[in-house]
This record gives sequence, C-alpha cells and structure tokens, in this order.
Amino acid sequence: MSETILTVDRVTAFYGQIQALRGVSLEVRKGQIVTLLGSNGAGKSTTLKTISGLVRAQSGDVSLAGDSIKSLPAHDIARLGVVHVPEGRCILRGLSVKENLELGAFTVKDAATRRRRIEEVYALFPILAERRHQDASLLSGGQQQMLAMGRGLMHGPRVMLLDEPSMGLAPKLVTEIMRIIKRLNEAGTTILLVEQNARLALRLAHYAYVIENGEICSQGDAATLREDESIVQAYLGVA
Amino acid sequence: MSFFDSFFQQLINGLVLGSFYALVALGYTMVFGVIKLLNFAHGDFYMAGAFVGFGALSLVSGALGAGWMGIFVAMLLAMMAIGCLGVVIERIAYHPMLNAPRLSILITALAVSLVLQNAALALTGGQYTAFSTDIGFGGFEVGNLFISHNQIILVATAAVLMIALELGVSRTMYGRAMRAVSIDKDMCRMMGINVAGVIAVTFFIGSSLAAAAGTMAGAYYGSIWYFMGFLIGLKAFTAAVIGGIGSIPGAMLGGLILGLLESFGTNIEFIGSEWKDVFTFAILILVLVFKPTGLLGKSEVERM
Repeated sequence: MSETILTVDRVTAFYGQIQALRGVSLEVRKGQIVTLLGSNGAGKSTTLKTISGLVRAQSGDVSLAGDSIKSLPAHDIARLGVVHVPEGRCILRGLSVKENLELGAFTVKDAATRRRRIEEVYALFPILAERRHQDASLLSGGQQQMLAMGRGLMHGPRVMLLDEPSMGLAPKLVTEIMRIIKRLNEAGTTILLVEQNARLALRLAHYAYVIENGEICSQGDAATLREDESIVQAYLGVA
Repeated sequence: MSFFDSFFQQLINGLVLGSFYALVALGYTMVFGVIKLLNFAHGDFYMAGAFVGFGALSLVSGALGAGWMGIFVAMLLAMMAIGCLGVVIERIAYHPMLNAPRLSILITALAVSLVLQNAALALTGGQYTAFSTDIGFGGFEVGNLFISHNQIILVATAAVLMIALELGVSRTMYGRAMRAVSIDKDMCRMMGINVAGVIAVTFFIGSSLAAAAGTMAGAYYGSIWYFMGFLIGLKAFTAAVIGGIGSIPGAMLGGLILGLLESFGTNIEFIGSEWKDVFTFAILILVLVFKPTGLLGKSEVERM
C-alpha cells in the first residue's frame, strides 16, 4: 500500500445555516485514483472546496502528507500542490489559451520548468497547441475541460481534485476525457475524482466513496463496488 | 491665427489635458476591474498626490532645485506615499465591504472622498496653495504655433508611465494575474494567486498614477487646493466609461479622447470655455445611452 497523501477527517461545513457536510472522512493514497460518488447536492463539490480552502471546514481536519492544511488560505493550499479543477471548468474568459495555461503555473518560479510543462500539456492535448492564441472562451466544452485540466497540470500537482470532468460533454468526449485521466494517473498523478457518472468513474478508480446528505455512506475498492448492483442502483442511478 | 495653427494649438492643449485624464482614469478602471467598485474617492488621491508632491518638492528643492528634476523626484515620492495611502484605505475601508451589497461599498467610497477632502480642507484652511516651481515658460515656436517644454515633458512622462503599465499588465506573470483576478477570483485562489495581494498592488498602482497626475498638474497650473480632485475625478470616470470601464487601454484612449474633445469642442466659435463641463458630461450621457460598454469594453453578461 502506498502512503496516504490526502486525509479528510470528520469534516463538517456549512453554507450559512445549512449543513453541507456532516463529518466526511476519506483518504487518498499516492498514485491512486479515488472517486467520490453521489447524487446532486450530496456534498461532493463541497468536499472538494473544503479541501482546496474555498469553503472553510467548521470542524474536523484536512491534511496533506500529514500536515494540516485546514486553516490555510486557498492560495497557500494551491501552492502546496493541491490543484482543484472546478466544476464548470472556470476557464478565464478574455485571456488566451496560452495565458490560461501559463497562469496555471503562477506559483512555478522557474521559467524552464514552465516551458517544459506547457510542452507536455500541448503533447497531451494537441488541440490546445493549435488554438493557443485564441480567446479561451471560444473553445468548445470538451476543449475547455482539456484546458482546465491542462492548467491544473501546469502547476505540477501532488494531488488533483477533478470535479465532474464529464459534465455536459458528448459521450465520445467523455470517453476521451476518461482515457486522459487514466493516462495522467499512469504517469504518476494522484487524483480525487468527483463524478455523477458512477459506472465510468468506478471503471477508472482504485477506491471509491459514496456520499449522501453530507455523509460517507459506503466505501470500498472500486472493483467491489462495481459488482455491487444494489449500490449502483441505490446511490448512483443508471449511467 | 490660421485654421491650422488653431487646430494644432488645440491638439496640444487637448493632449496635455488628456494625459491628466488618462492617468487618473487608469486608477478608476483598474480598481473597477479587480473589485467592481467605482472608487469615487479616486479624484481625491489626485488632490492628495498634488499636496504630497508639493510638500516633497519643498523638501528636495534645496538639493535638486524646483525645476523638472526636483519635480520628478517629488512626483516619485508622492507616488509612493499615495500608493501606500491607497493600499491602507483599501484595507480599512473597502476590504471589509467586499462581500457586502454593491451599494454599500459605493457609499463607503463617497465617505472616503469626503474624509480626504475635509482632511485637506482642515489642513489648508481651504485656501489655494501656490505650487511654485522653476519650470519656466520656454518652448518652441513653429510658425504661429507655440509648444512649451512643459507640455512636452508632461505628455512624455504620462506616456512613459502608461506604456510601462500596459507592458507590465500584458507581458508579466503578475500582470496576467491582475487580469485574471478581474475575471474570476476563486479560480485565481485555486491557482495559488494571493487575491488580496493582487488587489493591494492594483490600488497601489492606481493611486500612485493619480498622484503622478496630481503633482504634474500642480506644477503645470501653479496652484492646488483641497477641492481640485472633485471635477477631475468625475471627468476621469467619464474617460474610463468612454474607453470601456475595466479596460486599461480603454482608459488611456478615453482620457485622450475626452481631453481632445474638450479642447476642440470648447473652441468652436459659439461654445465658450464656460461650457466645457457641460460638454464633457453630455458626452458621458451619450456614451451611456448609445455604447454603454465603451469603445474598448466588452459586453459582459452579469453572472449571478
């Protein structure tokens, strides 16, 4: 078993009066793809936001390689290598594809590293190289997802939080994105993947958690969960 | 004077005026860019900059003289001081209001404006202060046309500051981060950008440009007073709107256009210079009616 890189320990979080997380605990081991599954509003995105510091945990703890990051500001958490690729991609409209990618490496001071990484991203997503000088808002949905992931990779993530990368994409593109996630992981990137498309996610992941009403209600090896039709039916819908 | 002499004379006057407007408009537009605030205290940074520049000049004039050399040093000192003032005011007055409704922070800006104006009123007793310098009245004569050295230095200094800003914002990583902050703050945090730091730097730069304009205007026109920031603040706002608020090249362009329009518009036979301000604000209204996004602004759907 590889070492644990990210630990979420009994975290609670609120939006105003509404409790979004009721004591979520999960672990991500180095080199793995861990997936967090659940229906709309179950607390998947909030869990990711609590890890990256956009939402403050009320209680509990989040730690990266053993050190607590719970009370750090979001930009410091990002500097430590926790890269959050948010739902809806959040590409920076008005900036070019290349500028978006370069900003992903904002914390990388070494220009040579930045250049090497951008070439790696272009190799992974040739379409981004082709359209590097265009306004990022002109990209299609799938290309924006590639840009968002490429921008995350520019940072050199220790752990990558991917929030619904397949959302709103045509089936063929979904397959493409999933293939890329697998390749990234094989190249050594640790990934925490949030998905509504449970069957796809379970095919990729090593380990899976299911969240419902802000609580983890089920967990196990992805291969085991995949076989368990009751879980797939009850929590994950039909994908 | 022939028509052409008159034309070029107005062109030069318009460029000088436009340089002041553009420098002040930049602060308006940059602050609007990062925190979507119309900083109505911005004109008062220009006023405060003029007073600090005046004080700094009297300190350095012993060593450097009160010519342009001394004025430049005084201007740099005023830029530092007012830049810091901008950062402090952002911290104590605006920062706590960033998540409050938009109207609250706008009212805060009006309050900051009143505080600065009244502080200056209390300190100066409301009198005009003579900004005496040794910059002289030399210049070139080209035919019937007269261009003073001061006008050239002024326009050139403004141009250097603006080009430096534009290069900094478009070419450096930090400049890119500034533009990114104006687009999506949360995404910037996720990329490791210290958003509060970027906002502070933006206030520093915007306020220091206003101070540069204030010091140069004081030296050029020869007198300063506590209320001098009010009208130029409104006009710089107009310039920023003409160019497209939030756009840095837009603020420069808007400033120059407004300066030229004022200069030419008020020299048409039947419009005297007493109509200058009416002219400016008529333009503001026309722009808001017909092209509210300004010349270089992008139409943006308000995200909820």
